[in-house]
Amino acid sequence: MVNDSLLRIRDLKLHFRTTKGVVQAVDGVRFGLGHNEAVVVIGESGCGKSSLAKAVLRLLPRNVDTYSGEVYLNGTDTMKLDEEAFRRQVRWVKMSMVPQAAMNALNPVLRVGDQVAEPMMVHYGVGKDEALAQARRMFEHVGVPTDFMQRYAFELSGGMRQRVAIAMSLVTAPALIILDEPTSALDVLTQANIMNMLKRIKEEMETSFILITHDIATSSELADKVGVMYAGQIVEVSDAFRFFSGPLHPYSQKLMASVPRLRADVEPEFITGQPPSLFGLKPGCRFAPRCPARFGRCDQNPPVYEVDGREVRCWLYEETGTLVEAAKEA
Amino acid sequence: MRSIWSGLKEIGRYPSAIIGLTVIVLILVFGGYAMATIPYQEAIRLWRGGEEIWSESPKTAKPLWADWFTSTKHSRTIVLDSSEGEAVKTVETVSDESQLITLSYTFDYQYDTFPQELVVFFTADYDEKSPHASLTWYTPDGREIRIGQVSLRPTETYRFGTDDRLLRRLRGGVPHVALFAEPEAETPVPVKGTYRLDILVSTFENDADVDAKWVSYGEVHGLAGTDHRRRDLMIALQWGTPIALAFGLLAALGTTVTTMFVAAVGVWFGGWVDALIQRITEVNMVLPLLPILIMVGTFWEYGRSIWVILGCVIALSIFGGAIKTFRAIFLQVREAPYIEAAKAYGAGNGRIIVRYLIPRIIPVMIPSLVSGVPVYVFLEASLALLGLGDPVLPTWGKVIDDARAQGAVHNGQYYWVLQPALLLMLVGLGFAMVGFSLDRVFNPRLRGL
Repeated sequence: MVNDSLLRIRDLKLHFRTTKGVVQAVDGVRFGLGHNEAVVVIGESGCGKSSLAKAVLRLLPRNVDTYSGEVYLNGTDTMKLDEEAFRRQVRWVKMSMVPQAAMNALNPVLRVGDQVAEPMMVHYGVGKDEALAQARRMFEHVGVPTDFMQRYAFELSGGMRQRVAIAMSLVTAPALIILDEPTSALDVLTQANIMNMLKRIKEEMETSFILITHDIATSSELADKVGVMYAGQIVEVSDAFRFFSGPLHPYSQKLMASVPRLRADVEPEFITGQPPSLFGLKPGCRFAPRCPARFGRCDQNPPVYEVDGREVRCWLYEETGTLVEAAKEA
Repeated sequence: MRSIWSGLKEIGRYPSAIIGLTVIVLILVFGGYAMATIPYQEAIRLWRGGEEIWSESPKTAKPLWADWFTSTKHSRTIVLDSSEGEAVKTVETVSDESQLITLSYTFDYQYDTFPQELVVFFTADYDEKSPHASLTWYTPDGREIRIGQVSLRPTETYRFGTDDRLLRRLRGGVPHVALFAEPEAETPVPVKGTYRLDILVSTFENDADVDAKWVSYGEVHGLAGTDHRRRDLMIALQWGTPIALAFGLLAALGTTVTTMFVAAVGVWFGGWVDALIQRITEVNMVLPLLPILIMVGTFWEYGRSIWVILGCVIALSIFGGAIKTFRAIFLQVREAPYIEAAKAYGAGNGRIIVRYLIPRIIPVMIPSLVSGVPVYVFLEASLALLGLGDPVLPTWGKVIDDARAQGAVHNGQYYWVLQPALLLMLVGLGFAMVGFSLDRVFNPRLRGL
């Protein structure tokens, strides 16, 4: 059984309306996360990773078509809260987020110190001095000199801005932080620094992370658990150790085979074909057209099976696994 | 915020901004000097005052600087008041019941033109029997001209030009010319030199007293000249400055800030709020501002007060066309990642609008605010010219309106129109130059131009 004591997501859907039709960016995600746990969500570009983050924090664009499902946070269904209650009770109180391109996520006309202090003032109604003191502690946590608090975002380097964005996500000490590609625009050294910092923060502040990335190598250090996303669905959730040594889903296997190895003399493989367009998906397993192990049953939507505490959405495990979520009718 | 300050400092690099700021500072000094020297109430009293306040100024006299453009030295106003000791006064007791008071006014006349008008203002202090005065004129070339006789009431004004007997005695020549002119010259030329006016007053009571103020109204008067009601135009020009600038600044600020706020609210909430704001704006854009203001000024009792007009201007501009410009920028800013980040951390709508949306538009707003000031200064002047100016306050528009009503340009009184017009143009020039420079600083796309 996958540990989902902190966050439990069931059948989460987020569809967008566009001129070309409905995009099923998040389509029936099942996912879970425990306390003080770091989950890495990996997947190719355009598989709906960022949309998943937005769906969890309810940061919806204006062209939403469908938004449904269950998101339990500490046992309460946040989907049942209205917009104002969600803003007051969930955002930054229970979970915060480091947005994609965090470097641009800072207000250019506010000093970064004030910016980091903002959530404290918004949610806890503390005075500016107290909020700034808390912000100062967070700057120390993420390793930004505290005299940088007087600066504006454009006066900081990319790595510093990233750290400031992380400091901002920590300032209210939420139980869960969603990091959407926090290192994508940074050089390798800075990436490693930030990953080490996140690791330290996880130990010191006992927070949980959802780290959204397509960089399997960098994120492997931090991960307690791995979720693999493909075409709007989570196809596998597994503990990190067993995932990296032997993934279950054929897509995960192919994905791991595409990562270059440092010590083994193995040619990286590639996955033939392209991920499906998220417009008007056909019934059946979404990976089937590219899957080397496909067979007759793959024409039907696969259910989720549990195999030794790992969850996988694949017909191959019909015999060995136990059914935890029935297949949806096509 | 800092970028705005550094931007404001940066305008020092633009010569046009320096010139514009200099012009604005000069205008401010000009108006500020009036505010410092003439209190508001006093300015209103003077501006609304009639002959009793302005008895010592000539009608529609040119400003002093009119002399600079010709070799002619125009006549100045001469005021000699016996109660101020400016005349030689002798009192001779003739009998128990009568006195002979002699008032002798001596003055030097060195001007090339004649005065406008000659007047004596008497104040007589007596119980029952009114004193009797006779006036005699001595020219520099030794002629002695009997002017006339007048029986004095407690206050008596004797105008040389309206005394028919004097006119006959001077054979049709108007006194203010004939008394100064050389007798033989074909075209009248004033004789320069020392003149004397003697007033002999016989009183019929022993304790009666008479004083008289003699005024020769000049053709030029004051730094700005005077209008048809003898008022010094300097009052209106100087006090018009703070009024015009206050009106312009408040109107520009009021319209820009409210419009920006409405645009921000519309863009942020979107949906029907935005649609409603846009439709109201479109309807409002069709409504003409000036006719509505004329209507307000014509039909409403208090509608001509400048502050009512200001309120109307702002009210009508809340949904002005500028909303479309602001909206276009807000629509871009709304999609910025940091706005989404702000939403993510739980900032409320008000906070996002005030702390995130509006600061981004201030750099665009400042130039349009500054360039907007003269628009409203001109609007106020236009309303005044249409006869809808504030009836109480001295404003530039009111001066131009008076000039138009009195046919100033047809009578060659150019100063009356040119002075307020020049100030209006300077205000426009100053603010436009600063506005354009600010636009270059804050709108980098214009920098290459």
